[in-house]
Amino acid sequence: MRELAEVLLRGPNTLSSGEREMIAAFVSSRNDCQFCHNSHRAAAAHHLDGDYELVDAVKRDYETARVSSKLKALLAIAGKVQQDGRSVTTADVDRARGEGATDLEIHDTVLIAAAFSMFNRYVDGLATFTPTDPDAYDEMGRRMAREGYVRKSG
Amino acid sequence: MAHITLPPGLPGIRGPMAFRPETAGPLNELVDVLLQGPHTLSKGERELIATFVSARNDCRFCQTIHGAVAACHLDGDEDLVVQVKEDPERASISDKLKALLVIAGKTAESGKSVTAADVELARRHGATDLEIHDAVLIAAVFCLCNRYVDGLATWTPEDPAYYRERAPLVAENGYAASTSASPKQYDSA
Repeated sequence: MRELAEVLLRGPNTLSSGEREMIAAFVSSRNDCQFCHNSHRAAAAHHLDGDYELVDAVKRDYETARVSSKLKALLAIAGKVQQDGRSVTTADVDRARGEGATDLEIHDTVLIAAAFSMFNRYVDGLATFTPTDPDAYDEMGRRMAREGYVRKSG
Repeated sequence: MAHITLPPGLPGIRGPMAFRPETAGPLNELVDVLLQGPHTLSKGERELIATFVSARNDCRFCQTIHGAVAACHLDGDEDLVVQVKEDPERASISDKLKALLVIAGKTAESGKSVTAADVELARRHGATDLEIHDAVLIAAVFCLCNRYVDGLATWTPEDPAYYRERAPLVAENGYAASTSASPKQYDSA
C-alpha cells in the first residue's frame, strides 16, 4: 500500500507531487477523513513552498483556486470518482484533454482518487488514532514530502 | 469505450493494469495477500466479501469476476453467491461472516459508518481482530478497484462465459500471476 502511494504521489510524473498531493487531500476532505486529509494537506503544502492557502482554496472551490485549468479539470474527475466511478462522463474527460491532460494523467487522477477512497475507509473503518495537533500534521507532511512513503531499510 | 486508450482485448481492471504496470504491481500484491494468502477466513469467504462490496458499488465487472472466483472456491455454488449479494442475512453462511459483511457494507458507504456495536457483534460470533481488519481492508480495496474500473469506463464483457472461464485460472494461480502477461516482473516489486 505504501508502494502504491509512493508511485502515485511521488513517482516520476508530468503532474508535480504538489498537484498529486492536492488531489489526495481534496478526495480525503470530500470523504471527511481527518487523518488523511490533514496529513496530505500538509504534504501538498510542503511540496508547494508551504502554501497551505492554495491547498485549502482547492478544497473549498477548485474552480476559483490559483491552479492550472488542467488541474481543475482533473479535480473534477477526481471528485466524481470519489462519489462513484460511473459518474465520470466523456465530457469530463474531454474537458481534461482539452486542457492538455494526457491519458496517463487522467489514469493517475482516477487511480489517486480511487486509492484515497480506499485509504480513507481503511483509516476510518477501524477508527484509528487521529492526532488533533496541527503541528503533528505539519511535521508528518514535511516527512511525507521529503522522504516519501516507503521506509528505507538499513 | 474506455475513457483513455488502453491495451486492447483486456476486460475490466486488466486494461488499466497493463497500461500502468508500476501501479498494477503493488495493487495485485495487496489483493493476493487479502484474497489468496493464508487466513482463518476461507478464500471463498473472502471472495464473497469482495463480491458483496462490488455489488453494493454496482461495479459489474468486479462483482461478476469475484462472484465467479468465489463460486470456484465454494464447489461451484453460484446460488450462494447470489444469496450473499441479495440478502446476506438470509444466506447459508456463518453468523461470523454475516457480521463481517455488515462491517464490509458499512465500510463501503463510509469508514465512519462502522460502529463499535458492529465490531462487537462480529467478535461475539468469534471474529478475531485480524478477521475484522481484513474485512475492512477488503471492503476498502474494492472501493478502490470498483472506482478504478468504472472511473475509466473499462470494457465489461457481457458474456458470462468469460467470467466462468477465467475464474478457475485466478482461483488456482492468484491475481498477480493471472493479470500480468509476464508474472515474473512483479516478483521483486
